[in-house]
Amino acid sequence: MLSLVTRAAGVWVRLRRACSTAALLCCQPCMEKCPADHVVFSRPYSSQKKEKLDMSIFPVENIRNFSIIAHVDHGKSTLADRLLEITGTIAKTDRNKQVLDKLQVERERGITVKAQTASLFYSYEGMNYLLNLIDTPGHVDFSYEVSRSLSACQGVILVVDANEGIQAQTMANFYLAFEAQLAIIPVINKIDLKNADPERVEKQIEKLFDISKDECIRISAKLGTNVEKVLQEVIEKVPPPNVNIRDPLKALVFDSTFDHYRGVIANIALFGGEVQKGHKIVSAHTRKTYEVNEVGILTPNEQPTHKLYAGQVGYLIAGMKEVTEAQIGDTLYLHKQPVEPLPGFKSAKPMVFAGMYPVDQSEYNNLKSAIEKLTLNDSSVTIHRDSSLALGAGWRLGFLGLLHLEVFNQRLEQEYNASVILTAPTVPYKAVLSSAKLIKEHGKEEITVINPAEFPDKSSVSEYLEPTVLGTIITPDEYIGKIITLCQTRRAVQKDMMYIDEHRVMLKYIFPLNEIVVDFYDALKSLSSGYASFDYEDAGYQAADLVKMDILLNGNSVEELGTVVHKDKAYAVGKAMCERLKDAIPRQLFEIAIQAALGSKVIARETVKAYRKNVLAKCYGGDITRKMKLLKRQAEGKKKMRKIGNVEVPKDAFISVLKRQSEK
Amino acid sequence: MRSCLTREAQTLIRLSQVQRISSVFFGGGTPSLASPFTIATVLETVSRCAHLAADAEITLEANPTSAGASRLAGFRASGVNRLSIGIQSLDNAELRLLGRNHTADEALGTLEEAKKLFPGRTSVDLIFGLPGQSVSSWAGGLEELLQLCDDHVSLYQLTLERGTSLFKQVQRGSLPVPKQEVVAEMYESAREMLRDVGFRQYEVSNFARNGALSTHNLSYWQGSQYIGIGPGAHGRFVPRAHGESLREARIQTLEPDSWMKEVLACGHGTRKRTVLSQLEVLEEVLVLGLRTDIGITHQHWQQFATSLSLWDMFGSSEEVKELEDQGLLLLDNRGLRCSWKGLAVLDSLLLTLLNQLQQSWADRTAHGT
Repeated sequence: MLSLVTRAAGVWVRLRRACSTAALLCCQPCMEKCPADHVVFSRPYSSQKKEKLDMSIFPVENIRNFSIIAHVDHGKSTLADRLLEITGTIAKTDRNKQVLDKLQVERERGITVKAQTASLFYSYEGMNYLLNLIDTPGHVDFSYEVSRSLSACQGVILVVDANEGIQAQTMANFYLAFEAQLAIIPVINKIDLKNADPERVEKQIEKLFDISKDECIRISAKLGTNVEKVLQEVIEKVPPPNVNIRDPLKALVFDSTFDHYRGVIANIALFGGEVQKGHKIVSAHTRKTYEVNEVGILTPNEQPTHKLYAGQVGYLIAGMKEVTEAQIGDTLYLHKQPVEPLPGFKSAKPMVFAGMYPVDQSEYNNLKSAIEKLTLNDSSVTIHRDSSLALGAGWRLGFLGLLHLEVFNQRLEQEYNASVILTAPTVPYKAVLSSAKLIKEHGKEEITVINPAEFPDKSSVSEYLEPTVLGTIITPDEYIGKIITLCQTRRAVQKDMMYIDEHRVMLKYIFPLNEIVVDFYDALKSLSSGYASFDYEDAGYQAADLVKMDILLNGNSVEELGTVVHKDKAYAVGKAMCERLKDAIPRQLFEIAIQAALGSKVIARETVKAYRKNVLAKCYGGDITRKMKLLKRQAEGKKKMRKIGNVEVPKDAFISVLKRQSEK
Repeated sequence: MRSCLTREAQTLIRLSQVQRISSVFFGGGTPSLASPFTIATVLETVSRCAHLAADAEITLEANPTSAGASRLAGFRASGVNRLSIGIQSLDNAELRLLGRNHTADEALGTLEEAKKLFPGRTSVDLIFGLPGQSVSSWAGGLEELLQLCDDHVSLYQLTLERGTSLFKQVQRGSLPVPKQEVVAEMYESAREMLRDVGFRQYEVSNFARNGALSTHNLSYWQGSQYIGIGPGAHGRFVPRAHGESLREARIQTLEPDSWMKEVLACGHGTRKRTVLSQLEVLEEVLVLGLRTDIGITHQHWQQFATSLSLWDMFGSSEEVKELEDQGLLLLDNRGLRCSWKGLAVLDSLLLTLLNQLQQSWADRTAHGT
């Protein structure tokens, strides 16, 4: 048992030290608490500390691959901690908090961004089992990763908070597991809480998921109550993977990380065959060939093994230099023994875009290297160099969703101490071209428009399309009225509404994505006092009446402020932008008209009045050094202003309009 | 204190090697609290160190309360020939707001006395833009004062100084100050009222009739040298006695006790000396000169910039031309100056002009002149 945890790899520096070193110290009490046969089972490894593990001792029928899925804060990570402790994978200390959540933002926000994996050894009714806990990212933005992680599993533990009951994300996660035809073990957590009402939650589970309440396990992950039972259910109810060791190697890449010394570390699940050091493998996606340097299991630190066999889950290092070489969903096979790739591979498709600029241009290179380092571990972020006349050189980044964007930004700030201007997020629109000339130019009829400057004119377009999502909201019923009004103002169309118990309602709406990317979640939370939960999934594109709105200063269009908006929202958006500009543009010697216009039609206007008096009243006898300094500083600032026609616009004005508004 | 003032005056005048003193101004704080004897002693020292003409302008700043009639006569006897009275307002509530100890009646009484003692050479100060003030209440007060005042008026917009109770109250929002538009309106209406009764606006905040301009302040706005004496005083002069040729910005120690110690120890209490470059001197000439109605004449400019005329500096600038086209600025055979409208927005004009000055100066230097 010891040997499994003593090998601390450099890459996991953010992992609490307690996990590896404390394990050594606390091993004895841990073993005392374990069942006797458990200790016996762990002995084969304890005498060969530095030796690689022989994984052949786990035949397929003794393997269970499973995930834990849950709504935010329902206790997924705490349950994982307990499972790791019970199986002796990590030592039992009161400091084991969300061991698998390695990023600072994950712990702060109580979400899992980056999936982690741990192999657990567990002895049950005289048999030694290998239980692979494949952690999944905890947010819809990463639903593709979730679906890939789930495809490596045969079952899931669905955790529901005994107090909060089923939430929007519980629904989304359930359906992902259900569609993948996985065994589902419903677990009601936090039964130790005063307000816990497991019966009500069982009823919800019965009603929404059609799972008998007898199947639900009531636990307290925090106190460890009934957690052992969960493990036993995993063994009883989750089938072993249906694979054959004699088939040729077929491995699913379900995650990848980057290590500065060893390159890409791919997390893989074997659907057939075996893999070991020295094997030549091929990526089905890139067709590139690599030689395997190392394979092993995750405990959750990397633990090298001689081989990995069909049905097992672990990691592989094979000289891949970039994470894009080990894309999630890719299939690996042996050189000259090609296999049918596993279904469902998709390249990451960004759905939310935002401009990112250094606050100070001299910080450009530092920010560049920080972004590069972060994206080494996250191939789903797309990066395009961009430059704005107002904000200087920067990037347009594409994210899987809004949370993905926020997490990325937060990690830049926390881990790289970078300070950035992040522009308001936009979504990729599409235009179906009608002009033969444009079709020829683009080589296709349907084009994606990310930059408003490239938005084609209505005259050459047969229709515009916008991305939509199917949103699920679960809320106590007293907030329904307000929530329906909110959804209507966001151009959402109701698809479904049902009571999941006496007091809780589930609403389903089709939303235009751009209506939720800015502040929908905050608005929902604030009008429901935090009780409503929200989740969404991609629902394709729909036709939309889109227009390009220009912002004019004394009749001159400001290129960097052009935006694509829905016609019904143009006035509100235009007015808000004009108002923000009005507050940010200083008075000048002439009146400034700030206008929002659709084509030649002005829809909103604000005016900055001309200076009528701007002169220091008293200036004699004393010191004018201060006055000179002030004037020169202002003159210096004037030089830096951007001139639109003869209107001088400070950089701050652009920032205040373009920046993401944290609240409205 | 008295001996320190004379000691410092003597040291600094000698340092400057100035031959002639054209005016003396006793201001800052409440100089009328000083004794006429002190004033007389300082003037005597000045005239011993350099030529001080018999008709040179000697101004004293006086607050209404401390300037009883007999004291004013004493000051006149000691050599003061011009009085500047800080009336500020003729509204007692406004005076209290400003933290003044005098009442409107006391102010008018002092004005009455001063006019008798210094006929044609009495100036009054008024402040506008006060919390609660309206355009009409301001105009009413000014109207009243115009019936009684002499030939010189200074109008100042309230500037909130950090640390004062007024500043705190405004910051807290408990005292609403008039909006920018309203203050502009106050200024504009005052300018017109004064013009209508024969005053010439010879500087942004200063108005005179019958030629009663303050020569002291005028030479300050024209960029002449001045020597600052006393705690916290500022000066601008070339310390020629040290063989220097560049002008220095000088600040005397602010705290009176330390200032006195320094004067006793080394003859003067100069706390800070900053050498001004030629460009910096030109910048000050520009900033100060344009505050006057005459502006900067070509001859005037030539005294400071021998190699670059106003035309060289500003004649080819598009941005300067724009300001001319907008009717804010004039550059012609007389020189460079603000229009009536331009004077009210001078600080905006100066940003363009300072940048242009800097640019032309850099171009000139780059071309090796």
